[in-house]
Amino acid sequence: MSAIYLGIDVGSVSTNVVVLNQQCQLLTSVYLRTHGQPILAIQEGLRRVVATLGRDLEVAGVGTTGSGRGLAAVMTGADVVKNEITAHAVAASYAVPGVQTVLEIGGQDSKIIILRQGVVTDFAMNTVCAAGTGSFLDQQAARLGIPIEDFGRLALGAQNPVRIAGRCAVFAESDMIHKQQQGHPLNDIVAGLCEALVRNYLNNVGKGKEILPPVVFQGGVAANAGMRQAFSRALGTEVIVPEHFGVMGAFGAALLAREAGPKVSSFRGFELTEREFRTGGFECRGCTNHCEVVELKEGKEILARWGDRCGKWSNAVAV
Amino acid sequence: MKVTFPHMGHLWLVLQTALEGIGLEVVVPPPCTRRTLELGVRHAPESACLPLKVNLGNFLEAKELGADTIVMAGGVGPCRIGYYAQVQREILRDIDCEYEMVVFEPPDVHFSEVWDKVKYLNRRPWQEGVGGVILAWQKACAVDALEQEVQRLRPREERPGQADAVFRRALQGLAAAGNRREINRLVKESRAELAAIPRQPEVSLLKIGIVGEIYTVLEPLVNLNIERRLGALGAEVVRGLFLSRWINDNLFRGLLPLPGHHPEKTAPPFLNHFVGGHGWESVGDTVTFARQGCDGVIQLAPLTCMPEIVAHSVMPAVQQAKGIPVMTIYLDEQTGEAGLQTRLEAFVDMLRRHKNKIVG
Repeated sequence: MSAIYLGIDVGSVSTNVVVLNQQCQLLTSVYLRTHGQPILAIQEGLRRVVATLGRDLEVAGVGTTGSGRGLAAVMTGADVVKNEITAHAVAASYAVPGVQTVLEIGGQDSKIIILRQGVVTDFAMNTVCAAGTGSFLDQQAARLGIPIEDFGRLALGAQNPVRIAGRCAVFAESDMIHKQQQGHPLNDIVAGLCEALVRNYLNNVGKGKEILPPVVFQGGVAANAGMRQAFSRALGTEVIVPEHFGVMGAFGAALLAREAGPKVSSFRGFELTEREFRTGGFECRGCTNHCEVVELKEGKEILARWGDRCGKWSNAVAV
Repeated sequence: MKVTFPHMGHLWLVLQTALEGIGLEVVVPPPCTRRTLELGVRHAPESACLPLKVNLGNFLEAKELGADTIVMAGGVGPCRIGYYAQVQREILRDIDCEYEMVVFEPPDVHFSEVWDKVKYLNRRPWQEGVGGVILAWQKACAVDALEQEVQRLRPREERPGQADAVFRRALQGLAAAGNRREINRLVKESRAELAAIPRQPEVSLLKIGIVGEIYTVLEPLVNLNIERRLGALGAEVVRGLFLSRWINDNLFRGLLPLPGHHPEKTAPPFLNHFVGGHGWESVGDTVTFARQGCDGVIQLAPLTCMPEIVAHSVMPAVQQAKGIPVMTIYLDEQTGEAGLQTRLEAFVDMLRRHKNKIVG
């Protein structure tokens, strides 16, 4: 039996599970769409881990991260619950020791993390602007009728990338249609889109930050060769994409669980994939805040409640 | 005449005492909730900043309780809030919400402008009115003294929320207190209760300074209870903005010997001018907090707040020169708390790892 560390990253778009051994080597990773159903995604993720590695696993620690980290922690019995910034920074530092800048672009959010001597010194997250995230590329690829997988290859074949307004997804789209109608080749338009996204990211998320090499680029969008090229051109430096770029959040969570080194993990066992979890909710009428209280139940037992401002419900159940 | 006013943190307690002190019937608006925000947002111009919207919600909710007169602050200078009383008056008229509005602002020509308004509101012999105002001032000082203890206690208490429970009870008691002796007794009792709260074994705490626009700093609905969140994350919060100090600085012209704001001494060379609102103070306080050994500073502002945008743009220079991390958070209508919580956790993590590295 070998001891392993589980890292679970429950994001709005994807849910990732990473399994590390004692030496921090990645044994397997699972990438799933969350589809708005984090509980099912977590169960499916763990099921796949068992399918790949077998049942003979001794879980020495579990870490959760992502916007669904709280839910995942209660469900699985996590030892460490960490925000995405810390998880991504830890993973990037491990993959590329001495990293000073982490660019992370996922489906619905993007972040920049600045590290100096291995410690996070500054960070920023994008929350409001769709033009700075992967969904922007997804949408435009769909508009152009090309699979997102071909996007990078097409962009690399560009001779003269066209300039497309990147400040806003709506402006970008009308600008792009205009360039299409003028007859610019597809390669140049696709490359232009990558550059627009990079400009938007650097102006919005990266504004005021001192971007120094080594620069690591991670998140789902790092799969796109066009984006990698656009970043290294804009920054004038090499951009490193780590091997497990798509699951760095989960990777970091697993590393953090290992670092915490619990004597006995509070992991609730792989059987939890077969148990029935349900979330329910109600609107509290205690005051005019009308908080939407959410509760997580396993069978009849309430595991946790959250969503109230005053603590009336969340404190009633020991988490 | 039934008088009401906008909420701003614990301001209600002070204003209620002062206005009742001059013989007025007072309607305290219901505490700010999501409903307040929804009402305000429905009728306010979209591009206005959050204080206008929440205040408007306060007025509409107070109307339901029978208020007919609003006491509102005006102002001069680059901050838009100086003009909001006029905008709100127009909006209320448009939606047929009958209100008389008495706006207190720095006089154009002569102090008698302010005086006339006080005379208009006053219903009592002068000696009694002055007594009420002094009582209100004493309450402001009591609230701030207790709140500072609660700030210190939040990251140290064994079970989160206990200090806040004591504080909530103390606020209710202070609101009802009728004389100085009662206030002193309440403060003493609350202090004893706070001291009796079981604490965690001594842990190394972070110290985070909060700066920014006064409304977002003082109103928990708007800042999503940021101080309690930070406390629960193991960070002790300090700030320079308190009601009593603000009253002393602005209404008493700094006459009383309280620690006031002196941005003219602390903010240069980063920012050498008043820029409206509390922008200058934000920069000055950040410098002060760095000197006092805070681990980090969080700047709060309503989205599109001009004075704080100016301060924000100066922060990188302060950050570099003073070696103190600053995170700026713009607050708006969003009630989703996950985004704020993630940022706070990440900021606290960052400061903690940084601190351990320096120590270790």
